[in-house]
Amino acid sequence: MTQKKGSSSKQNEFTMIADKENAEEFSSSASEEKVSVASNWKLVWWRYRKNRLAVISLFLLFFVLTIIIFPDFYANQYSEKTNAREAYIPIQKIHFFKDGKVDLWAEKLVGKRNMKTLAMEWVSDPAQSVDVQFFGKGFQWKFLFWNTERHLLVPADASTRIFILGSDRMGRDQWSRLMYATKTSLTVGMVSVLISVLLGVLLGGISGYFGGTADMIIQRLIEILNSVPYVPIWMAMTAALPRNWSSEQRFFAITVILSLLGWTTLGREVRGKFLSIREEDYVLAAELIGCSKFRIIANHMVPTFLSHIIATGTLMIPQMIVNETSLSFLGLGLRPPAISYGVMLQEAQNVKTMAQAPWLMIPGLVVVIAVLMFNLAGDGLRDAADPYSK
Amino acid sequence: MTDQKPLLSVRDLQVYFHLDEGIVKSVDGVSFDAYKGQVLGIVGESGCGKSVTMKSILRIVEPPGRIMGGQVLLSKRDHPDEYLDLTAMNEKGKEIRAVRGGEIALIPQEPMAAFSPVHTIGNQIMEAIMLHCNVNKNEAREICVQSLKSVGMSMPEKRVDSYSWQLSGGLRQRAIIAMAIAGNPRLLVADEPTTAIDVTTQAQILRLLKDLQRQREMSILFITHDLGVIAQMAQYVVVMYLGRVMEKGPVDAIFHNPKHPYTQALLRSIPSAQKTTKTKLPTITGSIPHPFNKPKGCPFHPRCIDAIKGKCDVELPVEYIVGDQQFASCFRYEKNEVNNR
Amino acid sequence: MASYIAKRLLVIPLLLLVFSIVIFFLIQAPPGDFMTTYSAILAGSGSSMDNEQLNLMRIDYGLDKPMHIQYIRWMGKLLHGDMGLSLLYMLPNTKLIGDRIGLTVLLAFFSFILSWLIAIPAGIYSATHKNSIGDYFFTVINYIGVAIPNFFLALLLMWICYDLWGLNLVGLFSPKYEMAPWSWAKVGDLLSHIWLPSLILALGGSARLTRIMRANLLDELGKPYMITGRAKGMSEWALVMKYPVRLAINPLVSTIGNYIPQLFSGSLVVATVMNLQNIGPLLLQALSMQDMYLSGSILLVYCLLAIIGTILSDMLLVWVDPRIRME
Repeated sequence: MTQKKGSSSKQNEFTMIADKENAEEFSSSASEEKVSVASNWKLVWWRYRKNRLAVISLFLLFFVLTIIIFPDFYANQYSEKTNAREAYIPIQKIHFFKDGKVDLWAEKLVGKRNMKTLAMEWVSDPAQSVDVQFFGKGFQWKFLFWNTERHLLVPADASTRIFILGSDRMGRDQWSRLMYATKTSLTVGMVSVLISVLLGVLLGGISGYFGGTADMIIQRLIEILNSVPYVPIWMAMTAALPRNWSSEQRFFAITVILSLLGWTTLGREVRGKFLSIREEDYVLAAELIGCSKFRIIANHMVPTFLSHIIATGTLMIPQMIVNETSLSFLGLGLRPPAISYGVMLQEAQNVKTMAQAPWLMIPGLVVVIAVLMFNLAGDGLRDAADPYSK
Repeated sequence: MTDQKPLLSVRDLQVYFHLDEGIVKSVDGVSFDAYKGQVLGIVGESGCGKSVTMKSILRIVEPPGRIMGGQVLLSKRDHPDEYLDLTAMNEKGKEIRAVRGGEIALIPQEPMAAFSPVHTIGNQIMEAIMLHCNVNKNEAREICVQSLKSVGMSMPEKRVDSYSWQLSGGLRQRAIIAMAIAGNPRLLVADEPTTAIDVTTQAQILRLLKDLQRQREMSILFITHDLGVIAQMAQYVVVMYLGRVMEKGPVDAIFHNPKHPYTQALLRSIPSAQKTTKTKLPTITGSIPHPFNKPKGCPFHPRCIDAIKGKCDVELPVEYIVGDQQFASCFRYEKNEVNNR
Repeated sequence: MASYIAKRLLVIPLLLLVFSIVIFFLIQAPPGDFMTTYSAILAGSGSSMDNEQLNLMRIDYGLDKPMHIQYIRWMGKLLHGDMGLSLLYMLPNTKLIGDRIGLTVLLAFFSFILSWLIAIPAGIYSATHKNSIGDYFFTVINYIGVAIPNFFLALLLMWICYDLWGLNLVGLFSPKYEMAPWSWAKVGDLLSHIWLPSLILALGGSARLTRIMRANLLDELGKPYMITGRAKGMSEWALVMKYPVRLAINPLVSTIGNYIPQLFSGSLVVATVMNLQNIGPLLLQALSMQDMYLSGSILLVYCLLAIIGTILSDMLLVWVDPRIRME
């Protein structure tokens, strides 16, 4: 759906509302005609637009997509930059005003060792401040083909560090790490769903379209997979991965492992759709004019429930994100030096650490928000997916 | 019949549905009387408000529908001269619940969906009995079996424990009727009771209803779109269109001497077995308007061949007396006496 | 009915056979074996074992044999109820698992009951009070319940309790009862601890169930039998409780089959975070130490529990729905 189409239909909606206000003169024919000539995707968008939360979520997801593509821009320091002296620094507040004027600055934190517990305690020093700026210079990264040093928010003095979301045990900046974790975790979620969807459509399609023995075998397979607790099996699978694999290999393997068990719901749904659509007249008509099986499936059958597949897929992404996070948290998913939400949350495994540095739980909060966004967008899409119902 | 007091009197009933798009006046000033021992037929096309009328008599109109005006009066069982105003009662209160099933019982449209599929029909019929008669479970079961027997169900002792989906369409409809009469009501409201079943069974069910009505001296409010069924069943007919009564009168008068243009057009569009000439079956011109843009004035005027410009499309006609017990709301009979009842 | 159950029960051994092959393949897939890990640990702690000793131990435990022989030996023992020896604990796996299986099932059972106890009233309320403040409240709670991973919820609650009251919500027993033999007092202690992990586990499930219950009930509330019931003179409350609620629960029962494996999955993660003595943390340990027969046995037990749960749910569905029962 392009922006242009969206705005033109918005105008139409106003006229519709105007019609509704005057019930006496309400003419159903105009709006009916508009609906009848609109494409399926247009109809889906019109219905989707009515769900405000879903629209906001979609907007936020587009924003998150930029984080996934350019995490370096949002980060302000290297994700692995450690400093034992800067461990467990709390959230450094960013202020937008100073003395009534617009001025961007961060509170300066000063560490003091508590002589009783021997732990460092960081307090804000009101007398000092750290100048920060938008689009300032930091470490070098590659934007498409060009090298750049610009970042979203950096301290004016490139040699100092700011910790927008605090730092962890090793003095690594949580904010920057969170950007890379977002990239990794959401990519795992989305790619594994993509593989699941492909598997589900392929196997569900074979099952529903051809029936017979293939259907029997795939159905039994789905039943077996559905009666297994996933997490233990995933754990066994990831534990079976060779230890000397690189982060990238492991990342890819875990994505595949997650999707190996994840396709069943979709497979079942697609099979059901195929079974019902197979009987439709337009499929028979396509068969009679001699369309190949592949053409019938790809051009006549799949488009009718594509929006459903996308909706179901969107709703599967949060599940996958949670699965990856849980596995990595237990130490069986992604492993450092890879950064994912689960890997970051490993820092918060101990109650005492959490009490000392509650900001270590922020990645968990981000998981919740990400899952919420995907769920809201997916729900909106699912409700809008069938524009002809009701 | 005029001397007798009616059992149920509907007076100027108005039921509106408040939708986002506007107000739909489903029933807009409907009046009729039902007498003891009489079968009253309400006939009209789909969407004319007959089902909503039925629901408002039982006070089971679902939101956003609301009764906006008028009265539904039911004579008391012990004092036939005194009336209960059903529209004044609390929709969820005890009073109206005693009326439902106890005084006025419903025979719903779809016998398949009218029963819960996970409870036996006996369970559901006994429930109706125990709500209205002061009996224990065993006695209720006994009454239930009797009731099933009286609707002509064979092996009632066995069928009591069966589920609705185990019965054929005809048997299911009989079970529904058994449930309706189990509370010993004075008025049966039958909402298209035969549309969902095949023609042979339909005839049996109609005969059964007529027999029951005679035996138990009940009244029946028979709602249908089928003029043939009306001719067979009813003694008095109310013809509705777009939430208003067009014409009402004794069944013979309505069928042989219709006065309202709508009734006339309706009767012309019935295929007849006697006619031999191969002429095209006349239809009523135009189509039923959208409920949001109900025409001003007489709702039928856009489709009426006799519509008077500047009159029918502006004013709403009242009911004029057009024969013995026969009334039509049409300006054609403007000179006739107005029905004041 | 009896033949249906018999049929379902007969499938169990077949399923277990399939699972055992897959599981065996998985647990022995990692390069090296327990001895490799073992020697690495020994090396880490300063002592060491020469290769000869290690190989002798390998022969002792049959780790030198080809894969299929190892599998057949494992299966042969399993059929006699012997799950082999845990190399990690030097204890029979049967005992290790047996000690913890009760708590595993109990935790899953409690959270199952809790999730239903929460979901059904909440679903009924939401559907009968559609678009009310209460409905929105439950909807928000449901969205959050689905979104929050249960290990994170456990972490959060543990942190809150520790931060506010200094409570360390770990384990299923007070230290006093940890090692004590079973007694009524110990059962009481268990019950006072188990509700929190059960609730944590139940929340996600109950959120999903509430949504299904609400949607089902909304569907049912529009059915024609509601008109019949009202026309009978039933009070709205009695009517809703007897017919639509009953019918809306039926499809809910059919979700149990998928829900039970999820519960075991969830309990594994939560148990690890909260250090509960069920088989979850044991599996994690066994997997990371390559104690292959222990992890294999636990995986098989998980599968068996899930299958039994699925079959129980199928039977429940048959029992509650006469339409399926009489087919």
